[in-house]
Amino acid sequence: MAQLDGGGDSGSHKKGPGVKKAKKLSTRVDMTPMVDLGFLLITFFIFTTTMSSPKALNLNMPKDTKNDEELNKAKESGALTIMLGKNNGVYYYEGQLLPDGSNFKTANFATIRQEIIDKKKEVIKTHVHDSNCPKIWAENKGDKNSCLDRDFVVVIKPDEDATYRNTVDMLDEMTINNVKRYAMVDITPQELEVVKKVEETNK
Amino acid sequence: MTPFVDVAFLILTFFIMATKFKPPDPVEVNTPKSVSPTELPESNATLITIDKEGKVYFTVLSQKDRSVYTEVINTVNSSRNLGLTDAEKANYSQTYLVGVSFGQLKQLLDLPANQQKTLKQPGIPVDTTGGDLTYWIQAAKSAFAGTRLQYLIKGDNNSKYPVFKNVIAALKKNDVYKYNLITAPEDAPPGTELYEERRKAK
Repeated sequence: MAQLDGGGDSGSHKKGPGVKKAKKLSTRVDMTPMVDLGFLLITFFIFTTTMSSPKALNLNMPKDTKNDEELNKAKESGALTIMLGKNNGVYYYEGQLLPDGSNFKTANFATIRQEIIDKKKEVIKTHVHDSNCPKIWAENKGDKNSCLDRDFVVVIKPDEDATYRNTVDMLDEMTINNVKRYAMVDITPQELEVVKKVEETNK
Repeated sequence: MTPFVDVAFLILTFFIMATKFKPPDPVEVNTPKSVSPTELPESNATLITIDKEGKVYFTVLSQKDRSVYTEVINTVNSSRNLGLTDAEKANYSQTYLVGVSFGQLKQLLDLPANQQKTLKQPGIPVDTTGGDLTYWIQAAKSAFAGTRLQYLIKGDNNSKYPVFKNVIAALKKNDVYKYNLITAPEDAPPGTELYEERRKAK
């Protein structure tokens, strides 16, 4: 872009020896570096503006109650318990934990999503219509599919080695897979024992 | 070329103006990601920060009404018999976050706001029954009585679950059951139910 006038001796009439013709300087400035910098800044600001808006994840916890009747009962067939342990470990079992721990399974954050989806499908497949369903339809604006997964409950049990990130990731997984009923509960000593044993062998 | 550059710089100016730089956080916290689309409230909220070492900090966010700060510190002062001076109480409204037990609060508030960063704060003590944090939440709740107060929890990726559980215990003790966890935005993973739902809604 910068143009230099190339002397141009031709055509100019000769002056005396030692008298040089003044060079004609161009008034144009090379703008390329400035534009480069401009676009660099634009890119920078575009990225910073969109990325620095934090979001809020809503979490509702139930009131602690000692009254057994107030507690929500979960059907064993529709329950999936997910435990979070050390080093991003994920463990789960369906229904109730058998005394010998044979239905205790190990997963990780990549595979647990498929387990949740599979369990949800299974619950929907075994759904039996009863008189409670119209009430659930009414709560969901007449959506007749809303009753199908009402027995599906995910129980999240982080142990003391689980990180906050694991907990939030698992809560987020509930939103991602559209799990309507989930609860965050303390881990039981029996479950903790099995988790510790598995962690020990996987070391 | 010239109009093109003009437009480019116009855009640049726009972005410079539109960017709101956050004040540098006194405590560095890397929040986890979530798909939640809810925007964060910036006022009428209390912020409980959990850093990566599991230290807990408490902040009251109120931009419009500065008087809540006075009310919070007065409530805490009388309920815990701290014996704070008026100057120390006045200093509280300048204090961005508190991360000390009630025993050390006097020491923190004796420092001017711009020097508080230099003091290494050990975190508000919390335990399974709530700990000192319970009284802070109680004070904030009464100061904001009548308005909608939101409870924000900003936890670090690497903080452990028990600290979070203890913070929840402190909130529950004050009959607070709804919280907002601060997270970084993330897209719904393709193929999942939420992804399909959002695609349809578009």
